[in-house]
This record gives sequence, C-alpha cells and structure tokens, in this order.
Amino acid sequence: MGPFDIAHFLAGLVVLLSFALLYQDRLPPLINTFAAQSLVLALSVAWQAQAQHAPHLLITAGIEFCFKTIVIPLVLTWTIRNLKIHRTVEIVVSVGPTIIAGIALVGLSMGLMLRAGAGIGNLAHQDMAFALSVVLLGLLMMVTRRNAVSQVIGFMSIENGLVLAATGARGMPFVVETCVAFSVLVVLIVIGIFLFRIRERFDSVDVALIDSFRGER
Amino acid sequence: MNWLLLPAALVLLLPLAAAFLLTLIPSYRIGAWLNIIASGCTFLASLGLLSVRATGPHGLLFVDDLNIAFAIITSLVGFTTAIFSKGYIQSLIEIGRLQNAHLRFYHTMFQILLGAMNLALLTSITGVMWAAIEIATLVTVLMVGVYRSHEALEAAWKYFILSSVGIALALFGTILVYMVAQPVVGEGLAAMSWVKLAAHAGTFNPMLSSIAFVFILLGYGTKAGLFPIHAWLPDAYAEGPTPVAMLSCLLLNVAMYAILRFKMLFAGTLGVIPPGTMMVTLGLTSVIFAGLMLYRRRDIKRFFAYSSIEHMGIVAFAFGIGGPIANFAGLLHMAMHALTKSGLFYVIGHIIRVKGSQKFDAIGGLTSSHPILGWTFVIAVVAIAGLPPFGLFTSEFLIMTAAVNANPLLAAGLGVGLLLSLGALFLCLNRVAFGAPRGALRPDEGSLLPVMIHLAIVLAFGLFIPGEVTAWFQHVARMLG
Repeated sequence: MGPFDIAHFLAGLVVLLSFALLYQDRLPPLINTFAAQSLVLALSVAWQAQAQHAPHLLITAGIEFCFKTIVIPLVLTWTIRNLKIHRTVEIVVSVGPTIIAGIALVGLSMGLMLRAGAGIGNLAHQDMAFALSVVLLGLLMMVTRRNAVSQVIGFMSIENGLVLAATGARGMPFVVETCVAFSVLVVLIVIGIFLFRIRERFDSVDVALIDSFRGER
Repeated sequence: MNWLLLPAALVLLLPLAAAFLLTLIPSYRIGAWLNIIASGCTFLASLGLLSVRATGPHGLLFVDDLNIAFAIITSLVGFTTAIFSKGYIQSLIEIGRLQNAHLRFYHTMFQILLGAMNLALLTSITGVMWAAIEIATLVTVLMVGVYRSHEALEAAWKYFILSSVGIALALFGTILVYMVAQPVVGEGLAAMSWVKLAAHAGTFNPMLSSIAFVFILLGYGTKAGLFPIHAWLPDAYAEGPTPVAMLSCLLLNVAMYAILRFKMLFAGTLGVIPPGTMMVTLGLTSVIFAGLMLYRRRDIKRFFAYSSIEHMGIVAFAFGIGGPIANFAGLLHMAMHALTKSGLFYVIGHIIRVKGSQKFDAIGGLTSSHPILGWTFVIAVVAIAGLPPFGLFTSEFLIMTAAVNANPLLAAGLGVGLLLSLGALFLCLNRVAFGAPRGALRPDEGSLLPVMIHLAIVLAFGLFIPGEVTAWFQHVARMLG
C-alpha cells in the first residue's frame, strides 16, 4: 500500500467507528468505541506526520492518544460508576433509521467534497471528505441521543473529525494544537462542572429531566 | 513589535492582567472597583487605537477601520457594564443569591471575556480569531451558570451544547478556508492571515469557497443568534446574570464581525451560491421569526433577547444585500444596537431589582411609581424600536432604502418583520410603563447615568452623524464590497 492508501485506510476506519458509536445502546461500550476511534485517529495523525514530513504532528498524535484514548475514557467510566448513572443510552430515534440517515450523510459529504475539492491536493480533499463524514455523524449522534454523557461523546467525536480535517490540510499552522488544547478544555469543563452539578441536583444525567422548562414561560 | 501597535497590545493585555489580579483579591468590593478601573483603562486604550488607524498588519495583530469600530464599542459597553455590575452584585449579595467566592470567579471571567472579544477583533489570523471566540463562548457558559439554579443550569447546558456545535462548524469552515487558500497563497501562516487572504480574494476555488462559507455562516451564525440556531440565546439572556446579557450583545457583534471578514473574502468569488444571498435568507427569516415570537413572551429579559435576534437578523440582511448604502447602514445598526440594547438591559436590571421579578405579570405602571426609571425605559424602548429621532431609525431607514433598490419583495418582507416587532414593543411598553402600578414598589437605588450616556450617543447619531464618522464608515462600507 502506498502512503495515500494507508492514510485513507485509517481515515475510513475513523468513519466506520463513528457508525459503531451510532448503534451502541449501553454507555460502557460507547465509551470504549470512542476510545478506539481516538486511537485510530492518533495513528492516522502519526501517519500524516510521517507522510507530510511534519514532525510537530507527532505531538498532536501523542496528545490525542494520551487524552482521548486513555484519560477521558477512564474519567468517563469513573464518572458513570461513581454517579451510578443508568448504563443504557436513551435514544430519541431508533438505531435503524439513524444508521440509514448516517449513510445518507456520508454519501452527501463524499459527493460534495470529492467534486468541490478537485482543485486542491489529492490526499487533502479525500481526507476532507472523510473528516466531513465524521463531523456530520457526530452531529447526528448529538441529535439522536438524550443522555448527557452520550451527547458529550458525540461532541468529542465531532472534534475527532476536526482533527482529521486539520491534519489533512497540508502545512496548517496552530490549529492542530489549538484543536487539541480546546478539546481537552471542553471535556474538562463538561465533566467537571456539568455532570457533577447535574448529578448534584437531579440525580440523573438525562437531559430530558432538566427540560422542565422550555423557554415558554 | 512596532510601538504604534501599543494601544492594540494594551487592549489585550489590560484585561488579561486584570483577570490575573482579580483571582488574587478575596474581597468582592475591591474586585468590583478593580473591574471598573480595568474596563475603563481598556476603553481609553481602545480610543488610542484611533491613532494607529493606518498602520496595517504587524505580526499577529492588525488594525484597520473595520475592527477599530468594533473594538471601541466593545470596550465602551464593557466599561458601562462593569459599572452596572458593581451595583448589581451588591444587591445579589444582600438577598443571598450569590456568595463571595462566586464573585471572585465572576470578575475574573468578566475580564477574560472582554480580553477574548478584543483578541477576536484585533488578530490577523483566522485560527486565532476562532480560538478567541471559543474562549469567549466557554467563559460566557460559565457565567450563565453562575447562579446554579435549576433554570440557570439548563440554560448553560443548552448554550454549551448549541454553541460548541456552532464553534465546531466554524472551525471546520476555518480549515476549509485554509484549504481553499493554500493552493493560491501557499502553505503555512500566510494562508490564514486576513491581509494575505484579502490580497488574493477572487481567485479561490468557487465551489469549495461556497461550502466553506456555509460552514462559517452556520458556525458563527450560531454565536450571532441567527434563526434557526438561536435557541440558546433567550435562555442564556434570561437565566444568566444581567451583566452577562449586556456583554452577550457584544459577543453577537464579534460573531457578526467574523462572518463579515469571511464574506469580504468570498464576495468577489464567482461561487455556486453568493455569500450575500445566504445572509439575506438567514437574516430575513430571523427578523420575521423573532417578530412573531415577541408576542408570546412573559419574561422581560426573554422578550428583549428575541429583540436581539431580530436586530442581528436586520444586520445580516443589510450586509447580505451589500453595496455602499446597505453596508454603511449595517455597520451603523450594529453600533447603535449594541449601545441601545446594553443600555436597555441596564434599565431592565434596575427594574428587576425594584420589582423582585422578571415576569411581565409582576411589572407594571413604572412611569407613575418610579418616574425616572419608567421614562428612561420608555425612551430606551422607543430607541430600540427604531423610531425617530434615534440612531436605529437612521440605519433601518437606510437598510429599507437599499432593500427597495435591490428587490422590492425583500423590502416588503423586512417591512412586515419590522412592523411585527414594533407592535410587540408597544404592547410591552403599555404593560410595563403605563397603567396602574403592579408588583413590589422598592425604591430604585444606583445611578442611571451610564444608560443616559448610551442613549445620548444613540440620539446624537440619529440627529447628526459627524463627518469624520461618516467618512470612516463609508470607507469600511467600500471595503466590505
């Protein structure tokens, strides 16, 4: 396999794992799948570092690996156990239609990016198509889940898509570092403040339970 | 760094230093004073920016006519908000809704928010602007949740989820812009710098540019409160502390500034969909939607939150139409709206303190029970409704003129939206300001002077716009294309 093939293989695997996130019905496997996605992403970033001769991307890959593959899944697992959160994922739309919608979104992003990106580099625009798929699938997950933990995981998988996009763009300054730093910040804030406060007050992290008021008062 | 850029550096460093100092000061009284002093100094430094207008880019910062206007308004409103905030937290401490420890945190966040907004305005790098807006968003989330009540938590959660999705889309758009620019401008920092990008505007890949702008518009549009991604805004305004609502008016402007910068890049590209059309569509739907929603509000802060959505819709509409008149009017409208709306929230903060509630049912007959407060409220509402002789009338009139020239059907749509909100504002005035007094009748403490200053500026701009300002805004309008 040439360098493009391996990059595409890894990026495609990230997209597949996004689908795997969509059909999980319990929280622990959901967190594990997210960890797997981050691991593949870290590998993909490391490969890009090698293919683009950009050693600074290796730092990004390392941070991705440490935080999103190890630390955050562990913290989330610990949170679930200690807060005695229900282990099931409350879904709004059932798995079948969600997967079909997901396939449609991937088709859309492939069609769009492969046509629009014809002018830019070969590796870059195909990576962009994968990245857009991951972002859209993450959005879909946030829309179809009610549970605060799974929404946060959906958001972090969007961030994974962004990292994929940023590393695919040749020679892009700052953004990879910014991206990683902020995803860590976001995750810390979410876990530290919202989950604990929501738990503290409502004995659940189901967002529907704090939906008692909908702005219509 | 060039010494000419000193004011620009000061505008960024003062809030940062103040934020650091405020974490160290345990007393909230000293903290509140320090907050006022720091915001005041930042405002003075932002006026200093006028002396470096023509210096162009320097490293990561750059100053041009467009961002100076925004930086001055941001710093001015930040200053008056800090003054308001001092009296506001005093009353909250008295009723026990806030503790001293929260206030230390609150003041630090206040300064970080101001610094982040100024950074977003003055940076010359697209990626840094994105990061600054993200910081501002996260800080606002924390400030909205500071009461820790059931409603404040839900508002903060909703705000967090929606705005982080918006922020994610904006980052994707920023990356796409880099990819569009990279074949033309070259790799590295150059392809993220406004100046270099603007120099090559018009040569970018059209289809990819269009996709990039869609992401930018949806992403930053979330922060600017445009329909249909506005849902966080009423909750955040209503459930957070009132100073946060005042500062949020500024954040809306910063997000709109981001959209404008990108629109300048892509306006010349023969895209699949012109950026202006997308902005007109989002703007017009926001105006009409907000006009309809205004009628069903029972909460005074929520009511004026929808009014903010309406005004940001008008601004997006104006810049979408484009051309010298509409751009000029859009710029004027943003400035006038920020001043009027933050002044209005200042008055509303006083009203809530007097009445002990923010529900319309508990507020009534203010002009007879508290004449000064009541009439100030009436004047502020007349100003926000876009009636003469205030500045918002000038801008709305110009926007209408430009819309009639562009397409009479669009002008009719805008007219319907404006009339809808005018009716709702009159109903609101009738309930709150006139008739028999309702609700508690506590005396009003604290000065309304900052509101008077805001309203005086808005009135002055309605009667007479100084020639210097006209020339300046006209130059910006030409820049915007």
